Amino acid sequence: MMRKSVAFLYNQKVAPYVFVLPFVLTFLIFFIYPVITTVQMSFQDILPGMVNNVGFKNYERLLGDRIFRTAVSNSILYTLWTLLLLIPFPLVFACMLNSRSMIARGFFKTSLFLPVVTSVVVAGTIFRLMFGEVNGSLMNTIRMFFGLGPIKWLRVRETGFAAMVLMACWRWTGVNMLYFLSGLKGVPPEMYESAEIDGANAWQKFRHISVPLVKPTIIYVLTISIYAGLAMFTESYMLWAGNNSPKNIGLTIVGYLYRQGWEQNRMGYASAVGLVLLVVAMAINLVQLRLTGVLGRERD
Amino acid sequence: MKRLAALVLVFAMVFVLALGGLASANPTKLTLWTFIHQHARFYQVMTEKWNELNPDRQVELEATVLPYDDMHNKLQIALQSGVGAPDMCDVEISRFPNFLQGVPQLMVLNDAFAPYVDDIVPSRLGIYSKDGNMYGAPTHVGATVAFYYVDILEDAGVDYRDIKTWDDFAEAGRKLKAVHPDKYMGIAETSAGWTITAMLAQQGSDLVSSDDQPQIDTPEMLRAVTVLQNMVAEGIITTCPDGQPDTEGGKGFLDQGNVAGVIMPQWFMSRYLDEIPSMNGKVAIAPVPVFEEGMPRSLGLGGTGTVVTLTASDQDLASAWLAYAKLSEEGNRMIWEDLGFDPCNTALWTETAMTHNPDNAYNQYFLNNVFDVLNEVKDEIVMIRSSSISPTINNYVTTVMLNELFEDMLDPAEVLEDAQYNIESQIF
Repeated sequence: MMRKSVAFLYNQKVAPYVFVLPFVLTFLIFFIYPVITTVQMSFQDILPGMVNNVGFKNYERLLGDRIFRTAVSNSILYTLWTLLLLIPFPLVFACMLNSRSMIARGFFKTSLFLPVVTSVVVAGTIFRLMFGEVNGSLMNTIRMFFGLGPIKWLRVRETGFAAMVLMACWRWTGVNMLYFLSGLKGVPPEMYESAEIDGANAWQKFRHISVPLVKPTIIYVLTISIYAGLAMFTESYMLWAGNNSPKNIGLTIVGYLYRQGWEQNRMGYASAVGLVLLVVAMAINLVQLRLTGVLGRERD
Repeated sequence: MKRLAALVLVFAMVFVLALGGLASANPTKLTLWTFIHQHARFYQVMTEKWNELNPDRQVELEATVLPYDDMHNKLQIALQSGVGAPDMCDVEISRFPNFLQGVPQLMVLNDAFAPYVDDIVPSRLGIYSKDGNMYGAPTHVGATVAFYYVDILEDAGVDYRDIKTWDDFAEAGRKLKAVHPDKYMGIAETSAGWTITAMLAQQGSDLVSSDDQPQIDTPEMLRAVTVLQNMVAEGIITTCPDGQPDTEGGKGFLDQGNVAGVIMPQWFMSRYLDEIPSMNGKVAIAPVPVFEEGMPRSLGLGGTGTVVTLTASDQDLASAWLAYAKLSEEGNRMIWEDLGFDPCNTALWTETAMTHNPDNAYNQYFLNNVFDVLNEVKDEIVMIRSSSISPTINNYVTTVMLNELFEDMLDPAEVLEDAQYNIESQIF
């Protein structure tokens, strides 16, 4: 009996399954099970002690809900801005830091990465004070230095949104840069050397060596950035000290989910919002991965 | 030898049991969540009083102060899932309807409140009730009053006692502007609806109709927001940092002496004392201006209903303690003396030994006695409706509608029409 169980542990066929079991269990309990219950909940009206099936009512409501539309357009706009700013710039920074002619590389690497390890609560508070509407706030002091009047940064759509995007850039540039840097480390230096011998300038080396060779990293960053942009919540929550920004200028899809589910006690409706987010993020990423050639490559 | 050993064991057993018996006479631990640190202090004071009166039912209160949103969200999830809720919790009035939906996971407190209810303003118990069952203990009436910064009004030759109507208020503002161009007569709130709700109540209206529907696009609302928007356009009143007086930004704005008149519930007195020190000895309290004289001059706003959860460890003790702490005469007295709120036991409002106590810090801070004003408007205090759709309405009004009106200065009629449509589209 004893010997049998020991033999079982040493069995090469079984062992791999034992090793992946913790992951499979975590995946099933914390991912698959919640997804299934969310789908189920999105067809229900849920109150303590009272659960009613309402069919597609939550989804019908969602179609006519203008505030949900605001949240979706905010999330998409935010994602687009982060893609526009958080892929090219970190890539350029990574190339600069990868170049041997760059001075103080360690210093720049650390200082660009520092925001990532800063608590977003602290960062949000600081940004909120920087973009405060009082005359003494940092941004208004700068405006006044140029002879312009103070403005209410976080109450106006354009400036409020810009503050949010700026905060995202401040926070995530370092991470993306690190991804690109690790990609660039895999590029053989000989390629740059031979390009130099052929007389390539810095731009040509960047365009024809660095970019094509770190393309897998770019696709990876693109994929996670799309997801992170659409699922953004904390930055907005911290910047406006709560989930209710004036005129919903900082309301995101997840913010709306939180508002409906937690603040207004409509778990069923919030589940429907969450599933729409899942479908949107999935669809955009599938199209993107298809276009960049990651999916369907086997058939080529 | 065996006998001796047995004897020793018996002694040991008796000793342990006796200790256990003693332990049961130890105080029962009750947990409570609140989002206002002054409330936590008040509950500890009331626990001491309770323990003096009830030596056989000692309470050890563990009060935890959490941020407003976090606390309500945590409580909601805890009650929905049936684990993790405290024995008791403060629930703010605008969130309360959420907890009454479905089958409330809260104790019915009718029996516990029975000894005290006759002394308490019924409408304040009513807002925390459902189907005739009381679920929350009210803290205060929250009668809305006007706080005037007398010094700068005197500079402008205005006696605050003469401000009876909104026209008087605007006129006073014009005089103030002539003397102090950088000061304002009042605040146009963009993140709270204190003034708007007061103006609706004066006209007999409310954000919620009697059949639980949103009523935003109404002539009464149009009249209210038009008067305010005109004053904003004229520069008489202004929006403030963080959008309303009861915020960090708002209190800072008042502390700088920028504003001559603030329309807020009476409990805002406590914020003056604690957080607006520069106005000490400069502020007088008066009834709120009305559209036409004869309209009701006050309404109860804000409030916290304290609940006992169904998962409470000792429901009877928690209910009894809560009823004593917040509804007894003793408790009501402390609600004024310690917290500075207008107690729901309105019989105390005329007890001059309490109301006009010269040692009271609130009486010392303000130029006149708040109870003189409260007693003047006592019979006019209107109560707002609170329904399951209130959180949705409040959210839209205080994030979108008021900003469009007083920041963007959009056409009131269109803003109200939009608001009505958008709120309806969110209601099930």
